[in-house]
Amino acid sequence: MTGRLAAVAALLAFLLGLSVATFSDLRVFLPAILKGAVVTVEVTFWSLILFYVSAFLSGIGRGSKNTFIRWSCVVYIEVFRGTSLLVILFWFFFVLPEFGITLSPIVAGVLGIGLNFGAYGAEIVRGAIVAVPKGQYEACTALNISPLKRMLRIVIPQAVIIMIPGFTNLTIELIKATALVSAVTLVDITYASVQQNQLHYRTLEIFSVTLLLYYCFAQIVRFGMAMLEDYSKRHLLRKA
Amino acid sequence: MSDVKIRFDDVVKRYGPLVVLDHLNFQVADGEIVSIIGPSGSGKTTVLRVLMTLEEIQDGVIYVAGEPLNKMESGGRLVPASKAHVRRLRSRIGMVFQNFNLFPHMTALQNCIESPVYTNGLSKEEAIKASMELLDMVGLADKRDHYPSQLSGGQQQRVAIARTLAMRPEILLFDEPTSALDPEMVGEVLNVIRQLATAHSYTMLMVTHQMGFAREVSDRVCFFDKGKIVEQNVPAELFDRPQNERLQKFLSSVKEAH
Repeated sequence: MTGRLAAVAALLAFLLGLSVATFSDLRVFLPAILKGAVVTVEVTFWSLILFYVSAFLSGIGRGSKNTFIRWSCVVYIEVFRGTSLLVILFWFFFVLPEFGITLSPIVAGVLGIGLNFGAYGAEIVRGAIVAVPKGQYEACTALNISPLKRMLRIVIPQAVIIMIPGFTNLTIELIKATALVSAVTLVDITYASVQQNQLHYRTLEIFSVTLLLYYCFAQIVRFGMAMLEDYSKRHLLRKA
Repeated sequence: MSDVKIRFDDVVKRYGPLVVLDHLNFQVADGEIVSIIGPSGSGKTTVLRVLMTLEEIQDGVIYVAGEPLNKMESGGRLVPASKAHVRRLRSRIGMVFQNFNLFPHMTALQNCIESPVYTNGLSKEEAIKASMELLDMVGLADKRDHYPSQLSGGQQQRVAIARTLAMRPEILLFDEPTSALDPEMVGEVLNVIRQLATAHSYTMLMVTHQMGFAREVSDRVCFFDKGKIVEQNVPAELFDRPQNERLQKFLSSVKEAH
């Protein structure tokens, strides 16, 4: 707890010093960077939703008894895990139009990031589901609980706690990966910083502010996930 | 002759080359309380597991209340059972596990009402009322809002028994219900089982290492060895005048251990 306070205090001091030192310049470049931050948040928000949905669907589907569902999930996971996110973004934005499918920059960005991270998340979901003890499945059989309800009401609630650390990492990674959307013409926080730097040449100030903003985003995620973990651990402390 | 509730007809269960149930023929009458004893690896737990449909059998037929469990009749022939058929028959059987297998993310009461509400479609009020009566019967009404991690092993097993009874089964299977417990908690669980055995009409099948308890509550005790029933009799006869050599050996080794 003291460590966390110290980190926050150091951060505030840094922020204060920085703003005093560069106050006049901030006024010049900050609005553009904040506009970029809005784009970053927007892309992050929709990508996160797609990320979690595709991670859960394909992570669960990978363990399905139905061959078609299982193999569809395997193909999706392997394709998106095995290819570069940047190239996927190029595909969605520049290649798909050649097949008559034109996506707006934000849709291309969200699809690329969400699906790419979903493929990684699928492995976290699958690993957590496999980690739920066999006895839980047997209890469900003995109580005549159907496979669907077993998954939704018994297995997933227990698996979620195992997933949290992995998902915390991936969520923070995802925020930082949104910087790649500048490749599909979106002016996000990173690209806005680059532009402002080219206009004003206040390299130190501009990129310090950008760094700080990313750090704040990551802390919000970390804090939220830690609360989620605390909450689920309180209900799930398991004795053998 | 009372009705036959459970019948194993030439049942074979194999794990690869290992034969666990070797052409087992076995019957339990309605309301009868049968204990299964035997050395580890003798197949005694497997009898409960195949009955609860946790494992498939390779040959033979298991009948529950006269109906085949793993097969069903269709046009005068036995065909592999449908899921609905298995679910219907399974609802007549309840099982209590060695390791309790309570749902750790649910309170004692939530554990009990889960399947009655979400599988059997009971209203929440009805399920809570019935489950509270059962928790009261096992002496844990005041623990309704405790999570399994907040309960002792003996309490967890009693909640697990209440959860099993909440599904209103006719047949109760107990798989070494006190083996995972600290010695001082064995008594409280046995008391609950004793109460079920004496005051209710359940058909009970129990795998146990508690010889004294088996002798006290059972109508019949079966000694398993190598996937077969080697000897079965009323408890007094089986324990005091064992005929089979392996049973004699087993009983004397159990006696030495105590």
